Amino acid sequence: MIRDAHILVRALREPASVERLDGGQWSELISIARAESLIGSLAHRLADVPVPDRMRAVLQDAIGAHDLARQQALWEADCARRALAGYPGKIVLMKGTAYVAADLAAGVGRSIGDLDIMVARDALPIVESALLDAGWEWVKPDPYDDRYYRDHMHELPPLIHRDRDRMIDVHHTILPLTAGPRPDAQAILDSAIALGNGLYVMAPADMLLHSIAHLFADGDLAGGLRNLWDINLLLRHFSEADEEFWTELDVRAKTHGLGREKERALRLAARLYDTPVYRFSAGQTEFADYLYIRRLLARDGYGRETRKLIRFAFYVRSHWLRMPPLMLARHLWTKWRKGGKPVG
Amino acid sequence: MAEMHQIRLQIGPAAFRIASAWRQPLDQLAALYRDYPGPSDHMVDFTVRLEPDKPWRRYIRPSVHIGGDFWLPDAAPLPLAQGLLAAEMGMNLQMALGWRRHLLLHASSVEKDGRALIMTGLSGSGKSTLSAMLAQKGWRFMGDEFALLDLDTGDIAPFPRLISLKNQAIRAMQTVAPADRFGPEMTDTPKGDIRHLVPPKAAIDRMGEPARPALLLFPRFGHDPELRDMGQAEIFVRLTQASTNYVALGEAGFRALTRFVDQVPTRAMDYQSIEQAEELIERLWSRSP
Repeated sequence: MIRDAHILVRALREPASVERLDGGQWSELISIARAESLIGSLAHRLADVPVPDRMRAVLQDAIGAHDLARQQALWEADCARRALAGYPGKIVLMKGTAYVAADLAAGVGRSIGDLDIMVARDALPIVESALLDAGWEWVKPDPYDDRYYRDHMHELPPLIHRDRDRMIDVHHTILPLTAGPRPDAQAILDSAIALGNGLYVMAPADMLLHSIAHLFADGDLAGGLRNLWDINLLLRHFSEADEEFWTELDVRAKTHGLGREKERALRLAARLYDTPVYRFSAGQTEFADYLYIRRLLARDGYGRETRKLIRFAFYVRSHWLRMPPLMLARHLWTKWRKGGKPVG
Repeated sequence: MAEMHQIRLQIGPAAFRIASAWRQPLDQLAALYRDYPGPSDHMVDFTVRLEPDKPWRRYIRPSVHIGGDFWLPDAAPLPLAQGLLAAEMGMNLQMALGWRRHLLLHASSVEKDGRALIMTGLSGSGKSTLSAMLAQKGWRFMGDEFALLDLDTGDIAPFPRLISLKNQAIRAMQTVAPADRFGPEMTDTPKGDIRHLVPPKAAIDRMGEPARPALLLFPRFGHDPELRDMGQAEIFVRLTQASTNYVALGEAGFRALTRFVDQVPTRAMDYQSIEQAEELIERLWSRSP
C-alpha cells in the first residue's frame, strides 16, 4: 500500500515513470489523482507514454470529463459577461477559467468548479445588482455570514445561478482583508490583459502571484498539489516566453507584499515538480518547507486523507493567517453558537 | 492510518476495488461474487471505500460511510449489518458519477436471441423484479440497475451486478430461484428490506456479450393491465431523467440517445401481477421485429 502521494507527483513530473507500475499501483495512482483533482492533468500528461488498455480508458474518461468542464467554464464566463454588459470597468477572470480562456497549459485537463471574477471594489454594488437581475441568487442568506463577507473578505458572499446551478465568486482583491499581506488590487486591474471578447485576465506575474497567494497565504492547503501544479506550469510558460519574467515577478511580489510566499512557492515547485526556477528568487530552504511537503503529500493509495495532525495544524494556521487572534476568537464563538462548523 | 481490507470485482466492462475497514462486507461480497472473474492485472476503474463514519464508529455501533473515487457530500452512513448494501451503493455511485464509456440508463435489461429488452421506470415500478423473474424463464439477465448504451454501436452492454430484491419481491423470487444464490437479508434499510440474489451462471459467463436493443418498456405496477404507445418527445425526456450521465456526456450522449429513441420500439406497460407482465411482454416480443 502506497502511504503518500509521491507516486502522483512522480507521474506528473516524469511520465515515463508509470511504465514501471504494476496493476495495484496503477489503481492507487488513479485514486490519488482523482482525490487531488489532478486526474485530468495526469491524463493529458500521460498521452504519449505506453499505458495499459484499461488505464488508458480511465484516463480517456478523465479527458472527456474535463473537455466538458472547460466548455462549461467558458460558457459560464460568457454568461457573466453578458449579464455585466452594461458595466464599463474591467471584468477579470481568475484561476481555472482564466487559464482556459487564455489557452494556457495550466488550463489543460484542469478541473474547474466555480466561476471566479475580479472587479473594482467600488463597482461591487453595480456588479452585484446586475448579477441578481440576471438570475444569480445568494447561497448563504445568513446575516452574520453576509456581514462577515462584506466587511472582511476579498469577495462577495457566493452567488448561485438559479437555472444553471453554477456558482460565481465576485472578488475585489486576491486575499481576505484580514490577512497580513495587502495586495495592490488597483495595480492588478490596471495591468490586466484584454482577451478580445470583452473579458480580461491578469498579467502573467499577477496571475502567478494570485495562485501563490491562494495556496500559501490563505486556506489550509487542501487541493495544494493541484495548485502547485498550476504554479509549476505557469512558471514554466511565463519564464520561457519572457526572459525578464523573473525580475517582473520579484517586483510584483514586493508590490503585493507576497515576497515570502513567492519564494516558498518557487522552492516547493522546484522540489516536487522539478520546475526550473531562478535560484535568487527562491530564497533559502526553511524547515517549514518540509512540513509543507508532508502536508501536500498526505494522501494514501486508497485516496484517503492521512497525517491528520499536520492537516489540522495547517487548518488552524489558515484561520490564524486570515484574522487577528481577538477577531478569530469572536468569529469562532459566533459560529459555534450557531452550531455550524468553524469556517470563515 | 489503519489498514483496510480490499477485494477486486469485475462486473461487465467495469472493474472495482472495494476497500473496507471491516472484513464482514468483503467476505459477503466474496461469497456472492464467487462466480465472477476478477479483473485482469489487478487494475480497476474505480475504488469504493467503506470507512467508519467517525473514528470510534469502527467498534462502537459501527456505521459505514460510503466513499471512494467519486462521492456525494451528503450520503447517510449505514449500520455495519448493511455493509454489503453500502458496497453495492458505492459501486453504483462510481458508475453513476464516473463512467463515460456508455450512456447509463437507470434500467434493467434481459436478452433473448441477441436482442435486448430494456425496462425503465421509477423505483417501485418493478423493473428489477421483472428482470429477475424473466431470467428464470429463458431470458439472459443483463442487469437490474444500469443498462449501458454503447455510444458508437448503439448496443446494450451487460452490467449484471447482484440483483437487489426489495420487500415483497424477496418472497416472490424465493419461490423460483435456488436458495444458495441469496445473500443475507437486511431489514430496515433506507429502501426497506433488501436481499441480494446472484444472477444465473449464464448471465455471469456471458457478461462480456452485448445485445441489440429491440424493445423498451416503461412498466408501472398496480394498474389494470394495459399497453400504451408513447410519443418520442416523452420517451426522450424520460430517458434523459433516467440517465445519470446524459449531461456529462454532452453531444455524444445526445446522439446516442436520439438514435436509441428513433430505433427502439417503446411501450408503457401497466400490470398488477408478474404473470400479467410476462404475458404482455411475450405478446409484444413475438411481434417485435
